[in-house]
Amino acid sequence: MRITALIIRILRQIVRDKRTMGLLIFAPILVLTMLHLVFNGNDYTPKIGFVHIPESIVDQIDISDEKITEYKNEKEAKEDLSSQEIDGYVVFHNQSPSIFLEGSDPTVNGAAIKWIQTVLKPLQGNEPSLEPKVDFLHGSAGMGQFDYFGPVLLGFFVFFFVFLIAGVSFLRERTTGTLERLLSTPLRKWEIVTGYVLGFGIFTMIQATIIAAYAIYVLDMLMEGAFLYVLLIILLLSFTALTLGILLSSFANNELQMIQFIPIVVVPQIFFSGLFNLETISEWLRWIGPFTPLYYAADALRDIMVRGYGWDEIYRDVFVLLGFSILFMIVNILALRKYREI
Amino acid sequence: MEATKACISIRHVSKQFGKQQVLKKISLEIMEGEIFGLLGPSGAGKTTLVKQLAGLDTPTSGENFLLQEKMPSLKLIEKVGYMAQSDALYGELSAKENLQFFSALYGLKGKKQQQRIEEVMKLVQLSDHLHKLVSNYSGGMKRRLSLAIALLHEPEILILDEPTVGIDPMLRKSIWEAFYELKNKGTTLIVTTHVMDEAEKCDRLGMIRNGSLIAVGTPEELKQKTNSATIEEAFLVYGGA
Ligand SMILES: Nc1ncnc2c1ncn2[C@@H]1O[C@H](COP(=O)(O)OP(=O)(O)O)[C@@H](O)[C@H]1O
Ligand SMILES: [Mg+2]
Repeated sequence: MRITALIIRILRQIVRDKRTMGLLIFAPILVLTMLHLVFNGNDYTPKIGFVHIPESIVDQIDISDEKITEYKNEKEAKEDLSSQEIDGYVVFHNQSPSIFLEGSDPTVNGAAIKWIQTVLKPLQGNEPSLEPKVDFLHGSAGMGQFDYFGPVLLGFFVFFFVFLIAGVSFLRERTTGTLERLLSTPLRKWEIVTGYVLGFGIFTMIQATIIAAYAIYVLDMLMEGAFLYVLLIILLLSFTALTLGILLSSFANNELQMIQFIPIVVVPQIFFSGLFNLETISEWLRWIGPFTPLYYAADALRDIMVRGYGWDEIYRDVFVLLGFSILFMIVNILALRKYREI
Repeated sequence: MEATKACISIRHVSKQFGKQQVLKKISLEIMEGEIFGLLGPSGAGKTTLVKQLAGLDTPTSGENFLLQEKMPSLKLIEKVGYMAQSDALYGELSAKENLQFFSALYGLKGKKQQQRIEEVMKLVQLSDHLHKLVSNYSGGMKRRLSLAIALLHEPEILILDEPTVGIDPMLRKSIWEAFYELKNKGTTLIVTTHVMDEAEKCDRLGMIRNGSLIAVGTPEELKQKTNSATIEEAFLVYGGA
């Protein structure tokens, strides 16, 4: 009852502020469209497996290289490919090579094919008939950069905007004295936090549906899995953004200080979300990834949209995201003790 | 006075913010059904004290009891109506939406809610502006809407922090009439003010200066004891001027 009142109030406030609402929906659409039109390029050393390497190649390449793995049969190679241990493998049928790629990241695909072609060159001689056949586990040769980056960006935009508006609106609640006013009513502290999560959650659901539908159906972003899973992940991600935004708003005294959190808290998450290959990030920074919500959301979104995976592959990400939200919610409730002890 | 029950009992309350001692060992009893005025200059500690009574803060030492129960308590909070010194309203919503929101927090719904909203808005003479956005309200109108919200759930105890600031004399008079009406219905009112002539209208007064309670009594008593013609003079005498 009290939570419902809070949810209705929050939704009314959002709807009343047409400009912010427009920004939340159209800004991501605009940027996604531009990225769709623009994208290209990167540098990466692929991890390749070989099944039955012909003697003639063994001399050519350095098997001890950590980027190369040798397999006894194709089954083992395929398993490692599924678990993303390797980016692709080469198998030889009657001396003619076939390439099999994991395929979800176009940058990696390109790098892998280029690398294999260089290595196989001495074998081919001048015979064009030995041009290797390329197969993909996921994706296809036609998959663009945008398809791979898309899911991450989708997650990022939702995180970014929800973090900002939820943080600012809670900040206002605090600076205008309405938070104190709320706490002079029988409203419980957990009800305030829950009301905020649900109120913004409902709005995010609508926002995410519109943006995701636009990206998938209008911009033709690759979509192999279920739309509902995409929405589930985005909703959970928005909960973490929301609860983190509310939490950090208590360290800000005005809107500008809230915005200062963006380069510190929001933008760095992009680097660890798989938009850039994690292995190109230096060792001493890499550990940060698992502490950022976007890392898990991006992983799950890519599993769903690019690889077409379902619940079995994403449930771990789902629980980690839920864990983040619950943790932030508890800290928020504790932080409200500053305004009322009970 | 002896026969009536103490509704609010403030016992040896001190409050410290960092090094600053804002309340110094205040002890005070407020009776059921009276209008008690807390008079003191800006910065005296009035807001700090009434916030504790509303459950929004706790003393560094000492205790506050409301209706024989220790504050803060969620059960008591339902019986208290609080009007903060600054208007805590949602500007992007209309007055009615603000009232609907706060009344829902107190569990008022449907017909009863509708009826209470009409009653309180009539009392503060804002009935004609019910559907206006609060951001379009003037300062005085916001003050009155805040008061209306504090009255919504018909609390037993009303804590009003400078309720008539920015309200013109005509309206101030009608608001005080409303206070007397509430008092007659049995409500206990605590009103803070730094305006001396408003203090005259209270049943009893507590004078606060620099966090100390320097005098308590009816306005008449305070004037008599100090041989003063006005409350202002009395305040200066008690203040050691
Ligand atoms: N949260 C706080 N932190 C530090 N000092 C405070 C705080 N709240 C009030 N004060 C100080 O306490 C004193 C009394 O303030 P207040 O109770 O608002 O006075 P009044 O309401 O009588 O004008 C002031 O000097 C004010 O600066
Ligand atoms: Mg004050």
